[in-house]
Amino acid sequence: MSRTMTSESPEATSFPNPYSAGQLSKGTPFAVLAVSLAVSAIMFWLFQQAGDSDYNVIGTLLVAAILYTIVIYIYSLLVEGTRKAKDRLVTALVGAAFMLALLPLVSLLITVLTNGVARFDLEFFTYSMRNVIGDGGGIVHAMVGTLLMTLTAALISVPIGLMTAVYLVEYGRGPLSRAITFLVDVMTGIPSIVAGLFAYSVFALFFGPGVKLGIAGAISLSVLMIPIVVRSCEDMLKLVPNELREAAYALGVPKWLTVLKVVLPTSIAGIMTGVTLAIARVIGETAPLLVAAGFTNNLNYNLLEGRMQSLPVMVYSQYVSQGAVPQDYLNRAWAGALTLILIVMALNLAARLIARYFSPKLGR
Amino acid sequence: MTLPATAPRIRAKQRLGDRIFSSTALTAGALILAILAAVAAFLLVESVPALTADPDDVNILNGEPFWSYVAPLVFGTLWASALALLMAVPVSIGIALFISHYAPRRLAQGLGYIIDLLAAVPSVVFGLWGGNVLAPAVQPLYSWLTENLGWIPFFAPPASGTGRTILTAAIVLAVMVLPIITALSREVFLQTPVLHEEAALALGATRWEMIRTAVLPFGRPGIVSASMLGLGRALGETMAVAMVLSASGGITFAVLTPANPGTIAANIALRFPEAFGLNINLLIATGLILFAITLVVNMIARWILARRKEFSGAN
Repeated sequence: MSRTMTSESPEATSFPNPYSAGQLSKGTPFAVLAVSLAVSAIMFWLFQQAGDSDYNVIGTLLVAAILYTIVIYIYSLLVEGTRKAKDRLVTALVGAAFMLALLPLVSLLITVLTNGVARFDLEFFTYSMRNVIGDGGGIVHAMVGTLLMTLTAALISVPIGLMTAVYLVEYGRGPLSRAITFLVDVMTGIPSIVAGLFAYSVFALFFGPGVKLGIAGAISLSVLMIPIVVRSCEDMLKLVPNELREAAYALGVPKWLTVLKVVLPTSIAGIMTGVTLAIARVIGETAPLLVAAGFTNNLNYNLLEGRMQSLPVMVYSQYVSQGAVPQDYLNRAWAGALTLILIVMALNLAARLIARYFSPKLGR
Repeated sequence: MTLPATAPRIRAKQRLGDRIFSSTALTAGALILAILAAVAAFLLVESVPALTADPDDVNILNGEPFWSYVAPLVFGTLWASALALLMAVPVSIGIALFISHYAPRRLAQGLGYIIDLLAAVPSVVFGLWGGNVLAPAVQPLYSWLTENLGWIPFFAPPASGTGRTILTAAIVLAVMVLPIITALSREVFLQTPVLHEEAALALGATRWEMIRTAVLPFGRPGIVSASMLGLGRALGETMAVAMVLSASGGITFAVLTPANPGTIAANIALRFPEAFGLNINLLIATGLILFAITLVVNMIARWILARRKEFSGAN
């Protein structure tokens, strides 16, 4: 940007350029931004010197953004007129909105990382919480529970979701398919805790009140997972070119074999991506598991008997019921949160990789 | 092979595989309807005992009638979600515009991923962050607001000492619904007919005037339904609120005080692990009310989306 400024300046000094008269030069917004950042930084540095508090990074950025917005608006108003000034104001506001959204994300990732490493050690991944009071302990029981319940939920919801998507794309006509599409959309909006209450109610009717089972947790997760799977599979099946289906029909292939041997293999990469993303969505669910599967400190491999711990619920219970030394419990909660975020990120990354490497090679 | 002349057309051969496959698909589709119906039915069955029971038999109610127990929770749910939406919608529209119309084309997709990253963070982590980081950080601001702007009813003193007020919970909720609203409005903004935009620019409009005259009117239904979907998410969000808000019941519009109304979902999460007997039925009954509220909100949102057929794919 400095190059553009220097290249324009000799012309501007020799004679007025009719095309750039009454306009701010290209580098001006950046210069204003730099100046407002500097002013704000100096201001907060003085605050820091005066008081005893730490340097306030977020405050610096906020004040700089406000300063920039005001200065660029007034400057542009004086040089360019009302309309351009308003345009620059909106540009500044829109950029600020984006920065504002980054603020919590960055803050969250930094705090989880810095607080999580305290207990991110070998013991954390090799011990359960059985008979652990205070320091130590680990998340083996929670990992096992999360794995078992999420996989069971996937086993339940992938066939149902996939077949529903096949129905909607290949067979569905008329009011029933419209109703299903609408209700799938509505179902994506079911609050997660309601799904947990549903699973609890089903099992409470058969096994008596107060029942908490791993399988109930899995069912509540699958209620949340089915609509996500349906939506992503539906989108992927719709992407399969109609020419492929017509070619299969022209060769005399029955419809069900066309779907099974042509449509599904073509879209398998997209379906796998969708399923992975759906797993990533439900693996962090806390509320339904808290209600349906309960929490425990013990390792439990049996979905059909007894309470089952899961990673998000463990983070929650460590946070809510802090013992004699709260820091030990908080450390475990942060380390659990870090593990959870890493798992979700890994699943998202896996989904992208699947989409890239397993998608059908269309070109020759 | 000859056909009788009377046969108007060749009937397709009914294969066993076809029948099995299509009926399986149909069953799966119908199962969706069945599951939704089952959710409503089971919740209803389990909540009837609480509605018919004598309030004195239910510990949590403490002798109050059912509706006076539920009313503050419903209010808290709606109030927290409304505050969250009030903060999230303008910011989301700004981000969506930034990604669709302001950011350099090559950066835009990457920036979209960054915002989607927010959606990937589990709610329990948001709760942990909100309770341990955000609440202490905003507490001085709350004290300042109550001291200097306390005459505004919303900022009525006393300020909460921990910062765990309904406003903090609403901020966390706003961060959580932000990616949903952003993603949907971004899709809609990108679908604005390019000819409309170019026509506006050709008439000498600045970028903002082009957005105001071409993009925003086109995207309005999309923005409305995106906000409604965000509202649905905020209404049902459990863990973040349960971990951030220190609720004491009661209906109040003051957002900075230590006395805050709870929300239905957070109340269930906090009470359910220790609940027994009729208390469980009571909590399930409040869950049924939450289910009904979110169902209505989501249906309205989807209905608005469905009216504009082009947007139906933008999920």
